[in-house]
Amino acid sequence: MLALATALSLVLASSAFAGFITPESGGSPNADQISSLYKIILYIAIVVFVVVEGALLYSVFRFRARKGRVAAQIHGNTRLEVAWTVAAALILVVLATITFVKLGPIKNPPNSDANGLTADDGVLTASASLPTPPNGRKLTICVTGRQYIWRYTYGSTCQGNAFGVPYSYQEMVVPANTTVVLDVEATDVIHSWWIPPLGGKVQAIPGYKNYTWFKAPTPGKLYKGQCAELCGRNHADMTAQVRVVTPDQYTAWLAAQKRRIAAANAQALALKKQLTQFGDL
Amino acid sequence: MATTAPALRPVPQVIAHEVAARPRRTRWTEWIATTDHKRIGILYMVTTFAFFLIGGVEALLIRLQLGEPNNNFLTPEHYNELFTLHGTTMIFLFVVPMMAGLANYFVPLMIGARDMAFPRLNAMSYWLLLFGGLVFYSSVFWQPPEAGWFSYTPLSSILYSPSGGQDAWIYLVHLTGISSLLGAINFYATIVNMRAPGMSWGRLPLFVWAILIYALLLILALPVIAAAVTMLLTDRHFGTHFFDPTQGGSPLLWQHLFWFFGHPEVYIMILPGFGIISEILPVFARKPIFGYKAIAASTVVIAFLAALVWAHHMFTTPVPTVVLGFFMLSSFLIAVPTGVKIFNWIATLWRGSLVMATPLYFAVGFISVFVVGGITGIFLAVFPVDWQLNDTYFVVAHFHYVLMGGAVFTIFAGLYYWFPKITGRMLSEPLGKASFWFMFVGFNVTFLVQHAAGLSGMPRRVYQYPAHAGLTVYNQISTVGAFILGIGILLSVVNFARSVKRGALAGPDPWKANTLEWFTTSPPPVNNFDVVPRVRSVEPMKDIRRQVERQSGIEHDAPAPRPTVNA
Repeated sequence: MLALATALSLVLASSAFAGFITPESGGSPNADQISSLYKIILYIAIVVFVVVEGALLYSVFRFRARKGRVAAQIHGNTRLEVAWTVAAALILVVLATITFVKLGPIKNPPNSDANGLTADDGVLTASASLPTPPNGRKLTICVTGRQYIWRYTYGSTCQGNAFGVPYSYQEMVVPANTTVVLDVEATDVIHSWWIPPLGGKVQAIPGYKNYTWFKAPTPGKLYKGQCAELCGRNHADMTAQVRVVTPDQYTAWLAAQKRRIAAANAQALALKKQLTQFGDL
Repeated sequence: MATTAPALRPVPQVIAHEVAARPRRTRWTEWIATTDHKRIGILYMVTTFAFFLIGGVEALLIRLQLGEPNNNFLTPEHYNELFTLHGTTMIFLFVVPMMAGLANYFVPLMIGARDMAFPRLNAMSYWLLLFGGLVFYSSVFWQPPEAGWFSYTPLSSILYSPSGGQDAWIYLVHLTGISSLLGAINFYATIVNMRAPGMSWGRLPLFVWAILIYALLLILALPVIAAAVTMLLTDRHFGTHFFDPTQGGSPLLWQHLFWFFGHPEVYIMILPGFGIISEILPVFARKPIFGYKAIAASTVVIAFLAALVWAHHMFTTPVPTVVLGFFMLSSFLIAVPTGVKIFNWIATLWRGSLVMATPLYFAVGFISVFVVGGITGIFLAVFPVDWQLNDTYFVVAHFHYVLMGGAVFTIFAGLYYWFPKITGRMLSEPLGKASFWFMFVGFNVTFLVQHAAGLSGMPRRVYQYPAHAGLTVYNQISTVGAFILGIGILLSVVNFARSVKRGALAGPDPWKANTLEWFTTSPPPVNNFDVVPRVRSVEPMKDIRRQVERQSGIEHDAPAPRPTVNA
């Protein structure tokens, strides 16, 4: 049985099984840590599963009624019962300890790497209410969920309406090797932010702020996810994706996005003016 | 046989009242006006089983929609309505009231009582349940609810769910809630006051222990959900803003209130099932239950802890880490008494002499799948891991292992075990075993791959999934499994329908069982028992059979090596 567990753990260790019997990972250290915590629990679970199901199957096949078999009239065994109660509790103590040991790197964001985004454009902010890396430098993006689209605001403090800062819908663009902190909220019903390879999900609840973070290592990657809390009829269509680019590309994209928004605003204003002029509005 | 002296006749015949020949057809008014706990029990079981079949059809429609990617078999609106109906039906109209039905029929019989403590209140419980179900299902003629069985606000508020379906859901929760609450008070009063002479707490059948605790949990949890849905109702129609964030209300408050009810509800659904298994295993292993006290105590401990774990449904909401830690540890704790039960059940089978009848198939099937549900529960209790798994198909798989594999398999075990007592007829064993194998295989085919679908990133409650996301194969396997499972359930329906009229006559005690319901005719007369024996152990029927063997010299059962009468 030990051999079986070892063999299984070797199989499971290969990343080919991510998404089959382990959660998605690879896009961010917290997702990787969750995945490794999951694997530890999985190994213990496999052992428990094999022992319990083995004992059950053995008793069902071994102790079937046949001629001359007399059932042992046992009412219990206090020592045995205390032993398995303590054993079950011990397994859980071990699991709880491992969880709390692993919690730090899952919950607390690390510093950005040297090749990450450096302070410019005023987008690196520090705030006490957000999860913050040790050096306090992070890229904050405000994520707003609403039926049925995600909106991302860049370079804002996420405290109320931000004007004049770039934003995008559905696709978030982030610099690689940079600690990105997400300030997640919703404006109508509850949504849930989830890009599986970038870590766990957080609910976006109207009236509340919720936070998460990720730090994607590889530029050029595109990570997909979708809303994970029922938010109405088109819940399934409320998708999201995160495009990882180099810090330079990110800065360039941000400037371009700013221009595109300004151009679109100007266009809308011109249209409005025209419509008002002709009495259509 | 009729000429033999009373002491030499098979035991239950001695005690059971010779009933005047019943009219072959009972008038329907007798069913409507009945206060007999057995008839009410049958009404409960038939009604809830009908709802189970409706809920099953809804599940098959859901699985058909997910049978291929980007499917347009159902509109998103109908899909949302179907999973809301499915979840609500299975929980409020099947598992909880089915347990009440079994308890209605068997608690008075198992404790040697004439009826429930409050027979008319008992009838009222049933009719409230039926009307709750009818009010709820009448919404399908207009617009069914579509906010899911836990109806999170603000989605369930008047702004986002303007249809009356949501109100039908609220009335369902109210009506079935009052039904369950009255039933719980009735069970509690019955069990505490009406036990046979000598039936101390240490000799109470474990199913009755489970129903006692089930009743206490209902009394604890139901007022909370009643308050919550009343607040939702006033928010929707009378201008309050309990859950409205734009007016200073809190959507998170709904989650707390709902799950403060919702998690004890899980144990309300599964504890009676544990009780059924604790009755069936010793009978078919021909061996006393292993660790009676530990099993009874673990039921109490589970119920206590069940009230302390609700926020593990809310690990992705904004809550402080210390709260997350608390609810992880409390959820871990509940695994200990649950594990104790599983170990005790396996130890009951150990060195037994297993009579491989259908009830035992379902009981062992239950243990084997429930272990999986318990283990995946540990994954979900570890809150950082839950951040990945929450609201995905992993959770769907987990709670179907616990509730379908758990509660439903125990209900089938109980129905196969007690059907001879209720109808006086045996069920077909080959058909029962075929039904078990179809259900067992179909169940695992349906739900095992759903863990993988969830780990691959498939959230719950999506009516479509994209074609190239690696989810297609999992969902197709799951859909095929659902139909295999459906065939299994259908075989049992055929079995029940055939055997009611045509099954072999069961006699009072076909399984050579341990508890007092087997001490009377099958079906039992209106007054249940003419004489209630003094109870001297947790297995009174075994004692009685042994006494008769001693008096008559006729052996009905293989002799036990060491008679242990006073267990």
